[in-house]
Amino acid sequence: MANFENVEVTTDILLCGGGMAACGAAVEAAYWASKNGLKVTLVDKAAMDRSGAVAMGLSAINQYVDINSGANTVEDYVRYVRNDLMGIAREDLVYDIARHVDSSVHLFEKWGLPIWLDAEGKYVHEGRWQLMINGESYKVIVAEAAKNALAKYGHEYFERVFITDPLMDGDRVAGAVGFSTRENKFYVFKAKSVLAAMGGAVHVFKPRSTGEGLGRAWYPPWNSGSSLYFTLIAGAEQTCQEVRFIPVRFKDGYGPVGAWFLLFKSRATNAFGGEYMVERKDELAKWGEYGKVKPIPANLRNYLGMLDEFEGKGPIYMRTEEAIQKIANALKDDPKAYKKKMKELEAEAWEDFLDMTISQAILWAGTNVQPEEKSSEIAASEPYFIGSHSGASGAWVSGPKDLAPKEYFWGYEYMSTVKGLFCAGDASGASSHKFSSGSHAEGRAAGKAMVRFVVENNTQPKVDAANVEAMKKKILTPLDLFVEFGGKSSDPNINHEFMKPKMFMFRLQKIMDEYAAGVTSGFKTNKAKLERALELLNWLKEDSAKLAAEDLHELMRCHENIQRMYQAEVHVRTILFREETRWPGYYFRNDFPAIDEANWKVFVNATYKDGAWEMKKVPVLSIVN
Amino acid sequence: MPSFVILEKCDGCKGQDKTACMYICPNDLMVLNKETMKAWNRAPEMCWECYNCVKICPQQAIDVRGYADFVPMGASCVPLRGSEDIMWTVKFRNGMLKRFKFPIRKTQEGTAVPDGGYGEVTTDLASQCLYNEPDALKLKELPTLKK
Repeated sequence: MANFENVEVTTDILLCGGGMAACGAAVEAAYWASKNGLKVTLVDKAAMDRSGAVAMGLSAINQYVDINSGANTVEDYVRYVRNDLMGIAREDLVYDIARHVDSSVHLFEKWGLPIWLDAEGKYVHEGRWQLMINGESYKVIVAEAAKNALAKYGHEYFERVFITDPLMDGDRVAGAVGFSTRENKFYVFKAKSVLAAMGGAVHVFKPRSTGEGLGRAWYPPWNSGSSLYFTLIAGAEQTCQEVRFIPVRFKDGYGPVGAWFLLFKSRATNAFGGEYMVERKDELAKWGEYGKVKPIPANLRNYLGMLDEFEGKGPIYMRTEEAIQKIANALKDDPKAYKKKMKELEAEAWEDFLDMTISQAILWAGTNVQPEEKSSEIAASEPYFIGSHSGASGAWVSGPKDLAPKEYFWGYEYMSTVKGLFCAGDASGASSHKFSSGSHAEGRAAGKAMVRFVVENNTQPKVDAANVEAMKKKILTPLDLFVEFGGKSSDPNINHEFMKPKMFMFRLQKIMDEYAAGVTSGFKTNKAKLERALELLNWLKEDSAKLAAEDLHELMRCHENIQRMYQAEVHVRTILFREETRWPGYYFRNDFPAIDEANWKVFVNATYKDGAWEMKKVPVLSIVN
Repeated sequence: MPSFVILEKCDGCKGQDKTACMYICPNDLMVLNKETMKAWNRAPEMCWECYNCVKICPQQAIDVRGYADFVPMGASCVPLRGSEDIMWTVKFRNGMLKRFKFPIRKTQEGTAVPDGGYGEVTTDLASQCLYNEPDALKLKELPTLKK
């Protein structure tokens, strides 16, 4: 076995991840832990300043309920999310996040995040729930507060340590193991409570760009399904693993469209000037009550645009030039004001990309696009797993005592069905539309609940040393395989004994793309295709024991792709189990092409224990009328 | 190509144990070649073009060339990130130049106070309020269901 030093860290509360949710958890848990004499430890696979999905920055905060001004109520937000997810949402969780999110946003502002203000000093809304920000340093600022909170109370954090597997003591989580991506060190974290906040998953499906542009996923390529794998292997029940997200974004660069649709009120039109949102309005009637709501659910909007593409009516254009002209034209009688407004709109349009998707700015510049003069194409991307946005995949967690129906409550907010294992951000399911700010708020609420759990269950779970050694051996196997066989063929990547993580990832992506409703299959699938996907995934799973790594970086890639593989399997099993089409703009079951409210207005939950899957229907219980 | 290192400018962060770009890359792509003392991006096809290496480099030795499989050549976006704002120079394929300046933060680096100045408002571990709520919500009480 590769020679790795063991580093053992014993703590009370272990926060796995360093993104928005983990930073929220750090701020809150640090305070309560210190009051109760407990220790908090955070572990991030990257550098907290720029880790997670907000690493590049953001140009908007997508969840601000604005309760204080009386503009909206928490109940309004619950209705919005419930409708957007076609009736399938944990209203207690959505409610809880929505009632805390405004305080996260107020904290961001105090910490230094520039939020756009109007002439009266009020926040500038992009849409009803969205605020415009100058968000280049959004993550830096949020991480700084988290690090300051940990430092203030004598807690600690580790960077560049990649968490792979949970440690278990029977049915209770006992910690986590992983390795440094910088030096030969194997980490064993023993904890009384663990937070999984390690993001969603990208590169499970074949992306549209497969050359250099492989990395230009809409969601960051370092989100590899760590949360799903960790919680699934711990035995935690999963929910909504069929509810992938397919964002429609500026084509190829995947620049954001929110500001264009909501703030600039742009139209999207096809090659013939037709507007799918108008021309295909009647299609909405096929999707039950959800086709009648405003705003139209994200997946239905997607679907209408996809129908244009399927009929060869693309490209679909975002009519940026028309939208900007329309706004500026209000000032056309005052040339000076008009010129100033045009300049302002131009800067706003570019900042939208430069703050969060710089690639799209390069693409505009590379194709000589000035948005005030020329439209740009938009397109549906490949599928992603992101429970914080308009997808819903994640672990099944307890709701809060004062909100959750008794069926959804087992003592501690955001605790999974595994004792002591909490989830937040993309790790927790059925509470969509929390985005960056709601993930932070959810992390805070989970952080507090974790301290309460440890105070009430203050024993150090047992960790079996022999089991840890066996895990270490298995986790480091890819390095051993390379050492043993890498030098025996003319090409160190090609032999009968192992495969490298990159080709493993391509094999996974091809299966998912062709059989599980990826881009090239037009987001369509059926029972036979899904069963074939499972057959192919099973061989892939067997071959995962033959992954090889030349160095620590590749070792991380091996395990990231094992995580993606489990994300793929739980997804396939869940869409196979649900015999209807409920989110047509995310995926389409051709053998069950309609929504079936009578039989399928339920959650589908999945559990993986001792190599066996259990799938079940769980009732959707509403708390808001 | 995603990000790449301009060899002439890179000084390997003067032989420290890690370079600034290695420290910051969220995807663990930047590495230092200890023989040449130059950093490099080991997997450009896994680069998100987040520009964090470009922004942090003390030598301005990292640039980005748009993904070659879909971006026509000749364009660039070059940032200059200060403590309060960021200046972008955008060069078009046709040679046109645009310059934009945006704020990035309103407080001094390092000064983010965890409780945001709202203080310890709720001290009961059993309460649904987080420790600086309801004040940080700018509400008198935390909303709950009217049963």
